[in-house]
Amino acid sequence: MSIDVRTEPKMTWTGARKLVDPRIPMSRGSLYVAENRIRNMMKWWSSIIAFGLGNPTLYLLSIGIGIGSLVDSSLGPNAIDGVSYLTFLAPALLATAGIQGAMDEVTWPTMEGFVWDRTFFSMNATAITGKQIVNGIMLAAMARCVLQVFMYELCLLVFGAISWQSIPILLLVGAFAGLGFASLMLAYSASIKDDDGVFALVGRFVITPMFMFSGTFYPISSLPLYLQWIGWISPQWHATNLGRAMSYGMPIEPWLLIIHWGSMALMTVVGFAWAYRVFERRLAK
Amino acid sequence: MAEKKTQPEEMIVARNLTKVYGDFKAVDGINFTVTRGESFGLLGPNGAGKSTTMKMIASTSQRTSGELLILGKDPNKSGPEIRAHLGVVPQQDNLDRELKVWENLMVYGRYFGLNRKWLKGKIEELLEFAQLVDKRDNKTEELSGGMKRRLTIARGLVNEPEILMLDEPTTGLDPQARHILWDRLFRLKEQGVTLVITTHYMDEAEQLCDRLMVMDKGKIMAEGSPAELIKKYSSKEVLEVRFGSDNNATVAKQLEGIGERLEILPDRILVYTEDGEKALEQIVKKDLHPVTSLVRRSSLEDVFLRLTGRTLVD
Repeated sequence: MSIDVRTEPKMTWTGARKLVDPRIPMSRGSLYVAENRIRNMMKWWSSIIAFGLGNPTLYLLSIGIGIGSLVDSSLGPNAIDGVSYLTFLAPALLATAGIQGAMDEVTWPTMEGFVWDRTFFSMNATAITGKQIVNGIMLAAMARCVLQVFMYELCLLVFGAISWQSIPILLLVGAFAGLGFASLMLAYSASIKDDDGVFALVGRFVITPMFMFSGTFYPISSLPLYLQWIGWISPQWHATNLGRAMSYGMPIEPWLLIIHWGSMALMTVVGFAWAYRVFERRLAK
Repeated sequence: MAEKKTQPEEMIVARNLTKVYGDFKAVDGINFTVTRGESFGLLGPNGAGKSTTMKMIASTSQRTSGELLILGKDPNKSGPEIRAHLGVVPQQDNLDRELKVWENLMVYGRYFGLNRKWLKGKIEELLEFAQLVDKRDNKTEELSGGMKRRLTIARGLVNEPEILMLDEPTTGLDPQARHILWDRLFRLKEQGVTLVITTHYMDEAEQLCDRLMVMDKGKIMAEGSPAELIKKYSSKEVLEVRFGSDNNATVAKQLEGIGERLEILPDRILVYTEDGEKALEQIVKKDLHPVTSLVRRSSLEDVFLRLTGRTLVD
């Protein structure tokens, strides 16, 4: 008979009390959540770049130049707001890019976190709180949002639709639209029990109408009044109008300027408050 | 409750701990204490209140009433501080599918604010411990059930927790995978890590737990070491006889007087006795001939049956 004795090295063990200072995750937890999200995003970096540059290029070729030349040739090169159609269109496209970029990073990751992989529960099993998860997700979503808007800007610059001087302010406006909309979408996504194609519905009945009726392709005033309300409540319109005023100097009433900034800020505040609540409740279940 | 300073060796103290969901009492006024280095088991069927109790200890779900101190702190007030020093292995693996095996450990370690350089060394140790060294660069979705479970346990150890909590650690695993896991958990126990384990497998409880709390319908039915519980609530041996499911109930009447106690289940009759062979002889003497018979030692399954009138695994 042979006797096999296996020995293994013992694990080193300091113990959490000495090893982990709870104050560190309590103050920096949001950054750790964002770090995780960005690590996840990096797995898809080539798709993010390809989509970020490819989408605007195709769009600008077809709508911007195709429809643009039609508009410019029938109404003259300075037909709307005294600028070319492409210049008129650019701020609206940037708002869309901001909203889309941020939204991708709050909807699917939230389903993953609560339903598919339940990773939010594993985060919450550490010192990380529900609020920190919300903040971290939003931080990462904003990083993606800014990147997406910036890539779109580069394309617009190449097509001559914007001036390089307007890049910073348009970036800010596009990102702000993304922030307002994404914080609401984050809270909404966190309240969904199961996917069931909800996001496809949101895409069809929220995003698309928002895109179509928010003065993207023509001034909102061209619409009958009973359709204009869609624009009024949409971050897309507020950001588009702001962008137009800020980039090529579309004339705008000062009070409307306040409404535009204010409504996006309000969406952000409401979105965060709602998201905090939903996250904390769902994690405690 | 005021944050009293508990004895340093008292890791968990629960008094009259209660959790109510709507009008359903998931945990109904339970009392228990877990001390340092102990391996404490919560045994009970599905829906007994084990997982709810675990969530309260894990400081993610707030109690409805009663008192609870984890590491001397009140989880209602100091959740994040307590959680920073706990390790949690949930019932359902919640690994990050998109990330590689080592990345899962890195990301989780970061949640505790541990620095990357230190974590790199720790990750090597944990991969070794979980026998996943050669799977380091695989995505977690490519792992087998047993490997995922070991990774989840390794992840729970990344902060060198004061208490490691395992919610049904081996449910759904094949026998070999279970034995590997038991071996790993036993090593931790030897290292002095305090373990809190829920299970509905009695063999698991017998293997891993110094002390057990048997739960049913949110209440504690009994508490003690596995051997104590068996001694107190069961006999030394059990004779299992089968007369065919249609006959068991009728035959049982003729078995009265044999052994200390009879338990009639739909598929078999259990005779609790000090001497199983002798009981079988007595049955045969009555000219009764069971289709099959088996003498075995009493187990926690018998304790549970005695306490609740139900079997552990439905």
